[in-house]
Order: sequence, then structure tokens, then C-alpha cells
Amino acid sequence: MNDLREGSSKPAETHRRSFFTTLAAALAGIFLLPRRLFSSEPARERLRRKWGMVIDLDKCTGCQACVVACRAENNVPVAGPAQTQNDRGIFWMDMLEVSEGSYPDLQRQLTPIPCNHCENAPCVKVCPVGATFINEEGIVAQVWARCIGCRYCTTACPYSRRYFNWQAPSWPETMKNQLNPDVATRPKGVVEKCTFCHHRIRRAREKARAEGRELADADVRTLPACAQACPAEAILFGDLGSPESEVSRLARSPRAMRLLEDLGTHPKVVYLREAKWKE
Amino acid sequence: MERVEDLSFEAAAILSPLRHTRRRFYVAVAALLGIMAFAVYAYVQQFTRGLGETGMNRPIYWGMYIGNFVFFVSISLAGTLISAILRVVKAEWRRPITRCAELITVLSLIFAVVNIIVDMGRPDRLLYIAQHFRIQSPIVWDVISINSYLAASLIYLYLPMIPDLALLRDRPGRWRSLYRILSLGYEGTEKQHLWLERLTALIAILIIPIGISVHTVTAYLFATTLQPVWHSTIYGPFFVVGALYTGTAALIIIIAILRTSLRLRHVLKDVHFNNLGLVLMAEGLMVAYFLICIYLVEITGQEPHVLRVVLSEIQGPFALPFWGMVVLGILFPPFFLAFRKTRTVLGCVFASVLVVIAMWIERFLIVVPTLMHPRLPWPEGVYSPTWVEWSITAGCLAAFALLYMIFTKVFPVVSLWEIQEGMETAIPDVTERYKSYMPEKLGEEPV
Repeated sequence: MNDLREGSSKPAETHRRSFFTTLAAALAGIFLLPRRLFSSEPARERLRRKWGMVIDLDKCTGCQACVVACRAENNVPVAGPAQTQNDRGIFWMDMLEVSEGSYPDLQRQLTPIPCNHCENAPCVKVCPVGATFINEEGIVAQVWARCIGCRYCTTACPYSRRYFNWQAPSWPETMKNQLNPDVATRPKGVVEKCTFCHHRIRRAREKARAEGRELADADVRTLPACAQACPAEAILFGDLGSPESEVSRLARSPRAMRLLEDLGTHPKVVYLREAKWKE
Repeated sequence: MERVEDLSFEAAAILSPLRHTRRRFYVAVAALLGIMAFAVYAYVQQFTRGLGETGMNRPIYWGMYIGNFVFFVSISLAGTLISAILRVVKAEWRRPITRCAELITVLSLIFAVVNIIVDMGRPDRLLYIAQHFRIQSPIVWDVISINSYLAASLIYLYLPMIPDLALLRDRPGRWRSLYRILSLGYEGTEKQHLWLERLTALIAILIIPIGISVHTVTAYLFATTLQPVWHSTIYGPFFVVGALYTGTAALIIIIAILRTSLRLRHVLKDVHFNNLGLVLMAEGLMVAYFLICIYLVEITGQEPHVLRVVLSEIQGPFALPFWGMVVLGILFPPFFLAFRKTRTVLGCVFASVLVVIAMWIERFLIVVPTLMHPRLPWPEGVYSPTWVEWSITAGCLAAFALLYMIFTKVFPVVSLWEIQEGMETAIPDVTERYKSYMPEKLGEEPV
């Protein structure tokens, strides 16, 4: 030890000082840490984009092409008839049947319902390990490799838009060679959900960059699998953060509403409907 | 350190379970091991095939395991109540039951954690909670408070046992080398005794807020979400009161079993049951008060999402367990325990069994009905626990009983030195204390 110190160009005093400086810096770092810890949701101004979806219920025919397209695109496992009967089926995009009125004045509104990608997401707040978070484009993302399967997010979501893998995922033999290589399959015991097809967004951005331009509204208008499959063009996708985009314009229309708005979750899926909702 | 022969009460009976084991003990151990083996088999099924082996589904993502977790957490307040709160308020009758109570706390916390791990989809990733924890998540609050409580309870179980361990070390018997290590060279000198007293007093005071935080945070697990009925400000204190009630009832049952199976009738006396029965009565009234506060406000509020959940309990599919729980487990026991004639040992045990069953149902009814009725008009959920869930629950109870029984064979389950100390000092202390409450006599100088 002594030899080393004598061999060094700096006296022992300097060593000690630098040690204390490092220590002080480390302590200061610990005090700065909580700010990072408490802001899991990126501040709005830090968001590069605010991807959102507009679903026009007046155009929707209830054909459920979006539900099927979503399954195929995202390698959603097939639970089988028995397990689906037991409410174990997984539907990133699902159809919610809203009954309105009562017989004889009874109506049913079929409502395609993906994840709402809430700006103030109740699921993100409760995750103990950060397996779900809001990324810099406003997407509520899920990291299968981090998820511990506690299912707190699934109970916290007021829209029931999160699904758990109750068993190992499986597909019928004929579908096994059709899995989408862009989307990872999920193991049993983790939670999964709609991602707004973020792998498609990434590909579209790479294409735009290769062509030397910014990602335009037209590139993403029907980008997610559900929007692409919709024969009525009832589902539109875009950047709710830029006021000129088509989705922003539609979201400002008097026909626009969001699900359970009074909870303050700020969903980024906007529904359009002319008629008033009946009890 | 005094020898057993020097103790001024019949201590041999307390130590005899350490020496002699009856055949019944082995029969019970074999039965419990059988139940546990079946539970392990059930868990292996669940682990290899996934949580689909349970009755849970969407939207009932939490079921019996979470109910069990809340139940075991609530039993854990028994130890804190008896050994810490009664110690701080100087209730002298606590002395023979402090260790029994503290042991309940330690074991029930362990099985609360076991139920959480069993409920996890990926138990192999358990340590991610330490590695990647987010302090905003109420699960992390629960992990922190339960681990603190478990650590504090273990210390609080161990510290007051040191003099008894020293006593066991100094007399012929089994496992003396174990007692030598655990007694940490305690010789009963004045200095050692003073430090023991100081530390015990310190932890007794520390453990009360930690205990209350555990029950509050467990309630926050539900209350911090936006779900109907769960999202309520009264849930924290309601869980604390419910835990007092459940914990006391569990303690009454366990000391009744100890008293007959270990022949400790002269130590765990009728007066202990009488006093615990009165405590249970008061706690039952508090739980009833909280239930009225919760349900009356929710029903009069008529908020549709909340009302749907509440109606499913009071007149829907859960009406039978709900009203059974309220009438037999919450309204009847305080009434039954109010009369000296029915507040016998047997009466207290009867009421406690009702309370424990009712409070388990109560925990189940906290978890399931809310999840069954999500806010959006999805079809109503259906949940019935499968054999896997029932087996694992039975296995947890069996393991709890087995560990408790093994403890009684290795350590004295009744604190010898605390009783001895009580017999030496309690009567003069209490006399002195009571005198100090009284007005000064004429002509005497005020103290």
C-alpha cells in the first residue's frame, strides 16, 4: 500500500480528497434519485408523439375483422373453446356489447375496444417492477420478460383491457407456421395487451427515414392491423399530439367521446357517435 | 440464573412438552404432513401447467390466494396486540400468552408471503421485486412493510426468549448446544437483564406502528385502485380493526388447544379467556360499526358501479355467505360474549371459531365481488375455486399448525421468566400504581 502511494504522483491527501468528493457526489445522486423514481410517466412535453386511435361507431359494421386481424398480427394464442368459455381467452382487440334502453326500445352498440393507452394509466402506476410503462410515444408498453405475473395491473385497469396467460400459449397445427416473426410470443404466467402495433410503427418510421422524410399522417393512418383490416375505415390511427393530424381533428368533433372519461385516466382511444347514449 | 426448581410456580408442566412427546403428537404430525404433501402435489400441477389450474379468469384475476393472503396478514396482528400493546399498557394478565401470540404473528406472516408467491404467474421472477422495484406500487409498500414486520416480530419473539433459553441450557435435556448458541451467553446478570428489558421495551413500542402499517398498506393494495368499493378511504382503518378481531379470535383458539393438549390448565387460566373474550367482544362491535359505515354510505350513494357490487353481496349470488358472515360472525359473537354465563372457555372458543370462519369469508368477499363487476358492461364474471386452490389453502393451514407444534417441542411456548418476574414484581408494582391514582390522605405530603 505504502509503495503504491509513494509511486503515485499525487500525495495521499489528494487521494483522500478525491475519495470524499466521489462520496459526496454519490450521496447527492441518491438525493436526486427520488425525482426519477416518482416520474414513471414521461412528462407530456417529453413525448415525441402521442399515438392515438379514433373509432367511428357510426361507420363500424360490427364485422369483427379488426378482432381477427389483431390476433393474426400479434400472435395471440388460441385458448380453445373450453378455456374461452371459462373466460381465459385473449383478445387484444375485443368487441364490447353495450345494451341501451330496455325492451321494446332496445338497442345494442357493438364497440371495438383495444387498450386505451391512457395518459394517466392506472395499470402503470401499480406495477411493482416496471414491466409496464408509458414509452416516449405515449404507448402503454408491456415487457413480457420483466412481468412477474402478479396481475395487479389487470385488476387495476378499469377497462379490463389486459390479459393473463393462464397456460402455455398454443396454436392449432395449421397456424404454427403463420406466426408473425415481428412479434414475440409470450410465455405462460405473464400479462399481455394491445401495443398499438408498435412494431409496425417502427417499420414505418424506418421506411420514412430511408426515404429521407418525417413520418407523415398518411403513413400511419391505417397502420395498426385492426385499422388496416377495417372494411368501413372506421378505425383511424395517428398522432394526437399534433393538432393538425386527422385523428386530432376528429377528436375535437362534437361526436367524440372517450370511455369512462370521469375517471381521469385520459384514454387515447376516441370514439365517434352521432346519437346520444341511452341508459 | 435461577434453576427451574427455584421458580415459585409449577414450571415443570410448561417444560414437559420439551421432554415427553405423546403418541397423539406423532399422529397429528403425520396427518398434517399428509395434507401438506397433497398441497405440494397441487402446487406442482399449478406450477407446470399454469394458473389456469385455478378457478381464476378474466375479469376475476385475483381469488382465493389473495383472500388467504389478507386473512393471514390479519391474523398476524394477534401478536402485536397481546405482546406489545398489552405490554405497553401494563396489562399484567398478558404474561403467559405473549409468546403464543407472537408466534402466531411470525408464522402467519410467513404464510401470507407463501400465498402471494403461490399466486404469482412467474414465481421464478420473485427477486425482480428487489431488483427492479418501483416505489410507487402499493405491492412494493406491502413488501417493505411485511418484511419489516416479519423481522421485528422475529426479534420480538426471540429477545424475550433469551432468559428461558439460558435456563434450558443450564439443565439436562435435549438440544443443549442449540440453546447455548441461541442464549448468547445470557447469565441473568443485572446488566444483561437491564439491557434485555430496554430492548424489549423499545421493540414493543416500535412494533405497534409497524403492525398497523402492514394492515393499512394491505388495504391500500385495493384502495389505491379505481375499482368500485375498493377505492375507499376507510379501507385502511377497516383492515386494522378486522385484523384485531381475527387475530384475537385465532389466539383464543390456539391457547385453548395448547391448554388441553399440553395440560397447561393452571397457566392458561379461565381468566385469560374471559379477558380475551371481552377484547374480542369490543373488536366485534368495532367491525360491525365499520361495516355499517361502509355499506350504508355505499347504498345511499347509489353510484351505479358501486351499487352493483354491493347488491351482489346483500341480495345477489353472495347473499348467503355475506349474511352468514354478518349475522353469525360479526353481530352474534359480541352479543354472545357480553354475558358472563356464556363467556366461558368453551363459549369463547365457539365464538372465536365463528369469527375466524366469518372473517375468512369477509376477506374473500372483499376480493371477488368487485372483480366480478368491472365498470364496463362486460358479461358478469364467474369464479369458483378449484381443488388446487382448496388444497393449497388447506396445506398452508396444515403447515402453520405443524410449525406451531414443532415450536412447542423445541422451545417453551409459555414464557417462564416473564411469569416469574410478574409473580415477584407485579403485585407490589400494581399496588403502588393503584395507590398513586388515589387522592392524598389528609395530612400527607403530596408525592
